Amino acid sequence: MSAQIPAVRSTEQLREKWMKPEVITGSEILLRSLVLEGVECVFGYPGGAVLYIYDALYGFKDFHHLLTRHEQGAIHAADGYARASGKVGVCIATSGPGATNTVTGIATAFMDSVPLVVITGNVVSSLIGTDAFQEADITGITMPITKHSYLVRSVEELPRVIHEAFHIANTGRKGPVLIDIPKDVSADKTLFEPVQSINLRGYNPKVVPNHHQLEKVAAAIKEAERPVILAGGGVVYSGGHEELLEFVTRTEIPITTTLLGLGAFPSGNPLWMGMPGMHGTYTANQAIQNSDLLINIGARFDDRVTGRLDGFAPHAKVVHIDIDPAEIGKNVKTEIPVVGDVKTVLELLNPLVGRSDKADAWRSQISQWMADKPYKYKDSDTELKPQWVIELLNDTTKGEAIVTTDVGQHQMWAAQYYKFNQPRSWITSGGLGTMGFGFPSAIGAQMAHPDRLVISINGDGGMQMCAQELAICAINNIPVKVVVINNQVLGMVRQWQELIYENRYSHIDLAGSPDFVKLAEAYGVKGLRASNKEEAKQAWKEAMETPGPVLVEFVVSKEENVYPMVTQGSTIDQMLMGDCE
Amino acid sequence: MTTTMTSHTIAVLVNDQPGVLQRVSGLFGRRGFNIESITVGQSEEEGLSRMVIVTQGDDKTLEQIEKQLYKLIDVIKVVNLSSKPMVARELALIKVKSEPAERPEIMGVVETFRAAVVDIGTNSMIVQVVGDTEKIDAMIELLHPYGIRELSRTGVTAMIRGNA
Ligand SMILES: Cc1ncc(C[n+]2csc(CCOP(=O)(O)OP(=O)(O)O)c2C)c(N)n1
Repeated sequence: MSAQIPAVRSTEQLREKWMKPEVITGSEILLRSLVLEGVECVFGYPGGAVLYIYDALYGFKDFHHLLTRHEQGAIHAADGYARASGKVGVCIATSGPGATNTVTGIATAFMDSVPLVVITGNVVSSLIGTDAFQEADITGITMPITKHSYLVRSVEELPRVIHEAFHIANTGRKGPVLIDIPKDVSADKTLFEPVQSINLRGYNPKVVPNHHQLEKVAAAIKEAERPVILAGGGVVYSGGHEELLEFVTRTEIPITTTLLGLGAFPSGNPLWMGMPGMHGTYTANQAIQNSDLLINIGARFDDRVTGRLDGFAPHAKVVHIDIDPAEIGKNVKTEIPVVGDVKTVLELLNPLVGRSDKADAWRSQISQWMADKPYKYKDSDTELKPQWVIELLNDTTKGEAIVTTDVGQHQMWAAQYYKFNQPRSWITSGGLGTMGFGFPSAIGAQMAHPDRLVISINGDGGMQMCAQELAICAINNIPVKVVVINNQVLGMVRQWQELIYENRYSHIDLAGSPDFVKLAEAYGVKGLRASNKEEAKQAWKEAMETPGPVLVEFVVSKEENVYPMVTQGSTIDQMLMGDCE
Repeated sequence: MTTTMTSHTIAVLVNDQPGVLQRVSGLFGRRGFNIESITVGQSEEEGLSRMVIVTQGDDKTLEQIEKQLYKLIDVIKVVNLSSKPMVARELALIKVKSEPAERPEIMGVVETFRAAVVDIGTNSMIVQVVGDTEKIDAMIELLHPYGIRELSRTGVTAMIRGNA
């Protein structure tokens, strides 16, 4: 299974050539700097304010530029690329509407700490502030949702700004950085010498933790009778999954991984309790609530994990390991704060810890819960159950695929029923919960890993938010397998209306949706449909055997709900068990 | 941790970049931190400005304010001045109604406060007062009966005492 994405041509010689000082335009500076930063792929959409940049891109072959059909598609693709590769995702948009179309994607990346460099054009400097045609104050608009931003004042600043932007995006707590380039700056010329050093006085992320704190953690582990590890996206982002496995192997402490932490720990390991929180496992939630030591590793105590805060982990001493000091104590009172990069922290912590010996009764209690209350659903022979579909995908791929999802019930079922074994193989919008994210992010993931199987799981609602990017798969032969779990409604909204709003189904009916098979075909992508188990197996087999992109629509039952569920305002051990009972 | 709301004075050393005031004030607004007063001006070092922010909050809020401020790339240093002995000063210009007959009385108030009259018109004058917030509040209260036409306060600027 290999995408026919040609390799980029940027060679060492080219790099060397570009390191030589030369008078060039701002646009050329931008492209060269991107190559020097190691960029392989850029997602973008042209317009008046970036025409000099696109002119410089004419015939440019040293990285890919994918022309999406919407700027939202471009930025989510850049995000998927970043999450799958660990490198910085890059997106280009024009001023005004182009720039504002990226806002949702910037916020999505910001909430999930994804490194992006977003390049927007702006009107010429002399027109800024005059409400000129297609002018928007994009640095102002995005200030709350970027890690940092630049409005470039002159071409001389450009090399430094780009270099800093990449550095800021992909160090410390990662995040999106915006570079807004006025049109005249992209046209002006200057002597370009690549910047080598970075001098940011106010920016020194603390990577190495305080040793004294680590000793406290080790002592707490020794004393604990009911310890639990809560691991999050920070493990994936720091690349600390092997250190985490070693930590768990040494201590034998039961572990739960958040939505963004899925894949950070092998799901087959007997100490893994599944996901915590709103749609987490009974075991993970009970374990947290009854724990006497809660070790948070790179998670941020999101309210979907904690439920009602004042009743969260009431008996636990809390250890919180995070690269961002502001996360520690923000939501949950922390006894042992450890500021540092997760991988580095665990590397230093591992030699200090041993098996938590007082926790044997606890471990058997947890195994008991796991055996008693696994995820469960009522299968059917007449209609397709969405959970069964996820199991089908899981069975054929054995955790080897990269899975991206959109937002809704299908996202939670994928999180529950797909078994992840490697980091960076699960891509989902956790913090912002952005519909429209699932499909374009898969395009980015596939660009990062042309040789891996990429499956994008979407609802019939969210699929319609960025469906236009099917064109990109077709013309570039990007072999994403697009799954649409069609329940004909905005399922997650329906579930809330059923359980919390007394079956008042207000505006959730997706009647008028396109025929997804025909939609795919209209873009030149193969489309398949399945309404029962036999068809489903057949269609999925065919999709797997077909090179290139395929869309498979699974028509599933409409009434299915995601269980267990913790409703808002409840503590996480107060779960509606539904079919899991 | 206590949960009592107290007033805190924070000094923030920032890069003199366009938009930095917006970043800082936006952070306060977005996260629900309150700003009682904010002043900005040059610092002892070229390219850096110092902001002095007076805010209300409990200890937990104060801790979050400091940590969140440090996340801004343009923020170089955050100092909680009110945790140490500090000098805090504010300046106010008060245009007060004053018929010639009332002037001596008003001058009396001004002198007691070691304030200054910086302009005199036919039936008003401008009083300039420098001091801590309480002093300025008191001055305003005393001038109130005469009729305050216009009032402009700078907000607090502050420094730690001694060699610290
Ligand atoms: C952009 C955006 N708009 C609205 C929502 C609110 N929302 C969350 S889940 C959901 C329903 C999703 O329906 P569908 O895509 O069909 O997926 P399903 O839940 O049925 O699996 C909605 C509307 C959102 N998360 N994102």
